[in-house]
Amino acid sequence: MNDLSIMKTHKLFINGAFPRSESGRTLELKSSKGQFIANLARASKKDAREAVLAARSGFQKWSIATAYNRGQVLYRVAEIMQGRKDQFISELVTQGASKRDAEKEVQNSIDRWVWYAGWSDKLAMVNGSANPVAGNFFNFSVPEPTGIVAIIPESKPALYSLVEAIAAAIVSGNSCVVLVAKNSALAAISLAESLATSDVPAGVVNILTCDIAEVAPHLAAHSDVNAIDFMGVANKELAISLEKAAAENLKRVLRPTKTGTQGLNRIKAWLEIKTVWHPRGY
Amino acid sequence: MFTDDLLAMPDYFSEATASQSALKKFLHGLRQVDKVGADSRAAVLATRSIKNNAKNEGIDLAISMIDLTTLEGMDTRGKVKTLCAKAKRPDPLDSSVPSVAAVCVYGDMVPYAKKELTNSSIKVAAVATAFPSGRASKEVRVQDVREAVANGADEIDMVIDRGAFLEGHYLDIFEDIQRVKSACGDAHLKVILETGELNTYDNVKRASWLAMLAGADFIKTSTGKISPAATLPVTLVMLQAIRDFHKATLKKIGMKPAGGIKTTKDALKYLVLVKETLGDAWLTPDLFRLGASSLLNDLLMQRQRMKSGHYSGPDYVSID
Amino acid sequence: MVFEYAPAPESTSIVDIQTSYGLFINGKFVKSKDGKRYKTINPATEEVLSEIVLAGKKDVDAAVKAARSAYGKWSKLPGATRGKYLYRIARILQERSREFAVLESINNGKPIRESRDVDLPLVAAHFFHYAGWADKLEYAGVGPNPQSLGVAGQIIPWNFPMLMLAWKIAPALAAGNTVVLKPAETTPLTALLFAEVCQQAELPPGVVNIITGAGETGSALVNHPNINKVAFTGSTEVGRLIASSVAGTNKKVTLELGGKAANIVFDDAAIDQAVEGIINGIFFNQGHVCCAGSRLLVQESVKDELLDLLYERMQTLRVGDPLDKNTDVGAINSAAQLAKIQELAESGDTEGADRWTLKCELPEKGFWFPPTVFTNVTQAHRIAREEIFGPVLSVLTFRTPQEAIEKANNTPFGLSAGIWTEKGSRILEVANNLRAGVVWANTFNKFDATSPFGGYKESGYGREGGRVGLEAYLKSGDK
Repeated sequence: MNDLSIMKTHKLFINGAFPRSESGRTLELKSSKGQFIANLARASKKDAREAVLAARSGFQKWSIATAYNRGQVLYRVAEIMQGRKDQFISELVTQGASKRDAEKEVQNSIDRWVWYAGWSDKLAMVNGSANPVAGNFFNFSVPEPTGIVAIIPESKPALYSLVEAIAAAIVSGNSCVVLVAKNSALAAISLAESLATSDVPAGVVNILTCDIAEVAPHLAAHSDVNAIDFMGVANKELAISLEKAAAENLKRVLRPTKTGTQGLNRIKAWLEIKTVWHPRGY
Repeated sequence: MFTDDLLAMPDYFSEATASQSALKKFLHGLRQVDKVGADSRAAVLATRSIKNNAKNEGIDLAISMIDLTTLEGMDTRGKVKTLCAKAKRPDPLDSSVPSVAAVCVYGDMVPYAKKELTNSSIKVAAVATAFPSGRASKEVRVQDVREAVANGADEIDMVIDRGAFLEGHYLDIFEDIQRVKSACGDAHLKVILETGELNTYDNVKRASWLAMLAGADFIKTSTGKISPAATLPVTLVMLQAIRDFHKATLKKIGMKPAGGIKTTKDALKYLVLVKETLGDAWLTPDLFRLGASSLLNDLLMQRQRMKSGHYSGPDYVSID
Repeated sequence: MVFEYAPAPESTSIVDIQTSYGLFINGKFVKSKDGKRYKTINPATEEVLSEIVLAGKKDVDAAVKAARSAYGKWSKLPGATRGKYLYRIARILQERSREFAVLESINNGKPIRESRDVDLPLVAAHFFHYAGWADKLEYAGVGPNPQSLGVAGQIIPWNFPMLMLAWKIAPALAAGNTVVLKPAETTPLTALLFAEVCQQAELPPGVVNIITGAGETGSALVNHPNINKVAFTGSTEVGRLIASSVAGTNKKVTLELGGKAANIVFDDAAIDQAVEGIINGIFFNQGHVCCAGSRLLVQESVKDELLDLLYERMQTLRVGDPLDKNTDVGAINSAAQLAKIQELAESGDTEGADRWTLKCELPEKGFWFPPTVFTNVTQAHRIAREEIFGPVLSVLTFRTPQEAIEKANNTPFGLSAGIWTEKGSRILEVANNLRAGVVWANTFNKFDATSPFGGYKESGYGREGGRVGLEAYLKSGDK
């Protein structure tokens, strides 16, 4: 029997497909034990640009889906993740986690994804309101997704941080372009595979393995990106330059902080509130 | 409620069409259409389950209502010839299949179509008035019609000026349709509203009334050249306008959805809409047509399946 | 007749109805201890479907005991885990949706198109929505540390058996409660099938218990000393009894009772859509809807125009075999309900209203009432005041918006209302003044898991659906 395993190619995830980088470059990934694992695709600024185009088109579809539909789709992602549990665990172990920690992290990640999925049809209730204005008007505020969110997630814990950042952005209808460093690459790619096989429209999530310092500035400066989550940028100078670049078109920003922004507050970072007035009278 | 004078226009219609301001008042005074309500009525009607003998009847009815169409820049005599052959004998292996209602071609191709269809009951319809955009002078639009009629067209499918409509110049459109109708002579006139450019159901309703008041024999949804073309809810709105016009004048106006009707399932849904909005009297090619090209093959394959009990395939219908 | 629709029967081979059922207690079907038996039928054919238990006091006791003993563990589970059970249930319901829809139509009499396209999708959506609340209770608006109540005794009606079951069970479980549910006497079968779903989802035994029965069983459940919450949907008459019987106890109660909704059509309404809304309002589900638009309040100036269109449109209503996919109006749920409808319709005649009946062929067997419209109805007529719960529309007129509101509110009920006008400010002002828990503008009978539903006045209290729907099953944890 020929039991030589087939090595996986690790590519980018853009517009629902898995292309290599247009630059042809790779990033060599070694296991925590020094073994060769993969030549990851190394995304370029042009790949990032393509990803933003895909994200815009994904946003048009995703933001008009009903909240119920988005919740269903996200729940389905969790189903797929559950099926790939062993794959996720073994990859986290390959990248340095202990088996016990990996198991815990994967379970927590799936549960957290489910937690986010359940928010889809509840945000308007918790974050919207009918406002009792002083006058004969009916006035209500509704939360809406802001558009495309560029994301540089925290690198540890690898999978959980991806879930936290991505689900928080897309549950309300945003789309995203996610930059991932080597240390979270395997988890990110398996997450991409889960997304690709579960009814999430193409372009809603795009995941680019890359050299963060090289590509992030282009996303931060991109005028068709509406928001940037750079909680994963530990380097102070880079963080500052990204925030300055983002200021050009007034992106909504989420900076790295000690305690971080999690859960509902992270979802809210990517919501716009629209308030509508209408007179009441015969 | 209305006069006993069959086919006479009630007084207030002649007043309503006497001037631009009167016409505008009339059209803007029509009751509005709630989009969500119209969409959901069309959607429920689309769940009607058409089986067995109803399906057989529906398929044959749909075939007999088709205006088999080719409207391409690259149309040639050869193309028109094969289209007409298909129109006469849709299924080469089954002579029980009804022939279609008409072929629809550009005005300059009419003579070739006429030649092929000399001894058949199939009509030749020509698109005219600078189809599909309609963007040409009054004179050119009418001349386009005259030539098609002179070439022998039995039916004319004209387009309204959507730009004029969106600017609110309703009387201009009214008079344009009247001129075209006059140039049609004996040919019957279908007025294409191009509903995809009108955007709202209120506009579709107004345009429907405008066309009927001006003398349309048929109102038609689309040129088929832009998307969206025909949809079930737009068709519903137009059928309801026809219903109301009939109540007011006792005139029966025909309806033709065109473009985007690809499958037997689609076609049957349209027949359901007609049946449950206007009744059986409109389920005839004299009052209802389907503007389509690839639909015919799907109808034939479904017909084959109903006969044989197994699914058919593209090899068993002709590609023209 | 051209293009007459051929029969399009939905196959019943997908359902497997047992000859008899026990009670679902503690995760399995058990024999009744002290109950009697009765037969449930198909109201469209009067065919006997199965033998069902009328649970006795000992049975009720066993069910409550099971719920109580499961409560400790269930309420302490992480919300996320409860949520996962509910997600499983939601998914299984989606998977078995067709089976449930067919069974619902067979036992209830409603058209398969409705159970397939309306009831069952709403059922699954309800479970999905509340699954997502289970781990977010601190956002329910009941305080930062909300607690479940305990055991809920839930009694549901026969008009939307599965939907009413979902409205009761989903929020209760999400909040950490356990339940004993009694389906209606005439429609037990889908609730009993739901027990199978609980088993497939591996729901811990005792979390959901289903006991069949009639009024006595319901009463025994409501009055059981070891339940903490009563949830009832049904008639105002029984609602009163329940409200009175829990007096002096600590039991929380929510009631969703009857209605006599006004469907108000103004002179500028989008008239074709208004006609659809009227028809949907009163003939959907054969009028067996608490929030049915049973009073058409039409502005006098457009009455004739509207009625002409209404009668014309009604001609295409297809009344008959609920299992035919083209049926619009199905069977009346029981002989008893049919008798009630007939009695009230007769009162319309004797009190001086004018009856118009749709000409339609009704099957020989089964319980049927043709869609009927009474015009020249006044507020004093019984058919304008009492809930008929059948396909009977009472038409009244009004002159001004003010008068419409007064007439709409002039009833002890307050469940729902409809407003038809193209003027936005009028919608909002009229809605503002209507004493009704659900107001539909330019639509009717729309339901959603996120949209709170419930009544004012004698239509009951409490709301089901959305965040607000959780309040019934939680209490503040603050001291």
